Amino acid sequence: MRLRRSLVPVASFVVLAVVVAVVPSFVSEFRAQQLAYVGIYLTAIIGLNVLTGYTGQISLGHGAFMAVGGYTTAILMADHGVKDIWTIPLAGLVAGTAGFLFGIPALRLSGLYLALATFAIAVSMPAVLKRFEGFTGGGTGINLFGIPELTASLTPVEILGRQVAFNDWLYYLSWSIALVGYVVAWLLLRGRSGRALRAVRDSETAAQSSGVSLARYKTLAFGVSAAYAGVAGSLFAIATTYVNPDTFPIALSILLLVGVVVGGLGSLVGLIAGAVFIQFLPTWSQEVSKSPGAPSVVSGALLIALMFVLPMGVAGLIERLRLLTRRIYHRSGP
Amino acid sequence: MSALLELDGVEARYGPVQALRGITLEVAEGEVVAVLGANGAGKTTALRAISGTVRRSGRISFGGKPLHGGPEAVARAGIAHVPEGRGTFTELSVLENLRLGAYTRRERNVRADVDRVAQWFPWIRERSGQQAGTLSGGEQQMLALARALMARPKLLLLDEPSLGLAPMIVREIFRIVGELNEREGLTVLVVEQDARIALRTAARAYVLEVGRVAVEGTSEELQENESVRRSYLGY
Amino acid sequence: MADFLQQVVAGLASGSIYASLALALVLIHRATGIINFAQGEMATLSTYIAWTLTVNHGWGYWPAFVFTLGVSFLGGAAVHQTVIRPNEKGSVLRVVIVTIGLLILINGLVTWIWGGEVRAVESPFPDGTTEIAGVAITTADIGTIAVVLAIVVLLWALFQYTKLGLAMRAAAVNPAEARLVGVRVTWMLSFGWGLAAALGAVAGMLAAPSVFLDPNLMAALLIYAFAAAVLGGIDSPIGAVVGGLTLGVGLNLIGTYVDFVGADLQLPVALLVILVVLLVKPTGIFGKTEVRRV
Repeated sequence: MRLRRSLVPVASFVVLAVVVAVVPSFVSEFRAQQLAYVGIYLTAIIGLNVLTGYTGQISLGHGAFMAVGGYTTAILMADHGVKDIWTIPLAGLVAGTAGFLFGIPALRLSGLYLALATFAIAVSMPAVLKRFEGFTGGGTGINLFGIPELTASLTPVEILGRQVAFNDWLYYLSWSIALVGYVVAWLLLRGRSGRALRAVRDSETAAQSSGVSLARYKTLAFGVSAAYAGVAGSLFAIATTYVNPDTFPIALSILLLVGVVVGGLGSLVGLIAGAVFIQFLPTWSQEVSKSPGAPSVVSGALLIALMFVLPMGVAGLIERLRLLTRRIYHRSGP
Repeated sequence: MSALLELDGVEARYGPVQALRGITLEVAEGEVVAVLGANGAGKTTALRAISGTVRRSGRISFGGKPLHGGPEAVARAGIAHVPEGRGTFTELSVLENLRLGAYTRRERNVRADVDRVAQWFPWIRERSGQQAGTLSGGEQQMLALARALMARPKLLLLDEPSLGLAPMIVREIFRIVGELNEREGLTVLVVEQDARIALRTAARAYVLEVGRVAVEGTSEELQENESVRRSYLGY
Repeated sequence: MADFLQQVVAGLASGSIYASLALALVLIHRATGIINFAQGEMATLSTYIAWTLTVNHGWGYWPAFVFTLGVSFLGGAAVHQTVIRPNEKGSVLRVVIVTIGLLILINGLVTWIWGGEVRAVESPFPDGTTEIAGVAITTADIGTIAVVLAIVVLLWALFQYTKLGLAMRAAAVNPAEARLVGVRVTWMLSFGWGLAAALGAVAGMLAAPSVFLDPNLMAALLIYAFAAAVLGGIDSPIGAVVGGLTLGVGLNLIGTYVDFVGADLQLPVALLVILVVLLVKPTGIFGKTEVRRV
């Protein structure tokens, strides 16, 4: 029984992995770069989904955790000569610790107040980064372009005997990490820990009285989601080859939450749609109107409309379609 | 006497739970009618159905006209609903509670109305600035009643006035209700768990069971009724 | 000493602006239980409208001010009726997303209509200073404090002495019971949103001359307003005013006398205020502790 239930997710995952592996051969380098960013955002929102979708804690500040990861990577690379790939897990660790530590006082905040607190953190983060110049390079930030620790920055990389351009390499890097992230999240969320997390979301009181250690799961969720964001931030720094206080603005934090909501909370399936949304919406909006501000108008309107029509996001849509097809299938019966 | 309020086959549900399965009752002008029954029988829901607080189907007519809409419209039509738990605005003062009671009334003369109402509850005048939440349970119930009176309602819906109150205070409240009915002709539909005191004040009563009217009749009839005595009057 | 007093007065002036926006946030939270993340952007939009009227259509400052208040009121009420009301019963996240959506939408709208350039805005108050008790205070500061004070007093009178104000208060704290006495609760809530939008407009219009007008006018101000509202008690109008003034003075003094903070770190200090208050006494100075029904 458990094997059968795992069948569909595992199969779709394999299909996804194959598609991911093959795509770069068919698209331009520019497209590959865009898709690389999709992978980065996907990593971030997988983590955010664990936090918001599963334990119901709303964070409008995950851009700040990305900043932590991004700056960790930049500092390690520029000041300590660490190769970019090795900084990624370190960035995740640092951000994850920060998240876990924040998760402890966050236990006392609920719903709106947590959203408010994380919102304030995200807005203030650039100012903090600017102030501690000695550490972060202040307003000018840290430039990673052309330094030897950055793989493929000037000369192409060799993977399995083939030469791979920077954008393609970036694509493979971010998507491998995203896919690994998917698997880890999937393992985390099924079984007992997954049920516990969901119990926390659905009713804190009930969860508590049935022996689930609320505090532990909520802080863990914060830590895990921050780690994911940190890894994404690290990749982001590598991809843009540059970090400064404005690389991770409040808009990013907002977009991450938007991505999770669009994709569908509490479900891994729609998250890819969410990540695509984050990356491509500005581009698509440009086609509607070239004027500045148009992407925001479209995003905002879309977001509001979504809450009316599809509050469960793309995942909700998929679920509805699934139920619909099942009903049709049963009705036409053997 | 014509029927002021008529319910015909009224149903109501809370989500999947069917609370009222077709209630038919009527209240004539100038009457005090009681609705009795055990917990969960649907008594409170019946009042909520009338005041539009819960969605319902079936026919309700008030003063000969069909009664539609939510609580705001029903209040405007002249029905004052004192809910279960009194519904006092605990953060506001006694006087402010009374002013709110007169909300649907056009006339400006709130003070005269407060005086009129204070005749029934003399303590109100001295305590008009006090925060309503600091009043005792009995006083809050009286305040709720006074608030309802401010609206000069054609019909008063009273939900479980005895809830959480000492027997002496409950008797006082029902005494006032009775006097209001006698002296001012106030029509009252009262839902009450304490059947004994309700039947002493009301002229007629309906007994609800599982969302339906099980027994109806005058107070005397019900007090004689064997099963009613056993289940609700305790003897 | 004179310098200190000057900073205090300056702090009161900026604090009045925070208070105005904080009052808007409190009104909305009290009435509908929502934290309106879009409050700042709505205020920005109002400010642009006032600016357009004075610069492009030659209106006088104060006529434009009053007109903008009216338009903002209608806008706020409209937002509540169309966008907020249908989502009121949804989950907390849904409501957050809707107000975030509004934030994004309005921010984009402002950029779209007026472009992203930073503009200088004329202050309605004449330049110059007045001497009070040996301290030189700018006319602008006095004017700001006076305007906000006047509006706060008007609002207070509305809530305490009028039938409408009473109905609004009732609708905010006990909507179910308010309906039973005939109060049209939904209209009261929309009215509250309208008032809040007008208050936001006041904050924006008063802040613009010193902070300059651009689409991100209110981003930082929103955080200060949140800090003020949280400090004073997110459900207490008095708290919003006291919180705003306290924050204004406090931030100004810290910014002036604590070198480490300077001008750059005022925002993170405000953030710190939010976090500390939420963790230590979440209901703020004037708030009442909430009993949670299980």
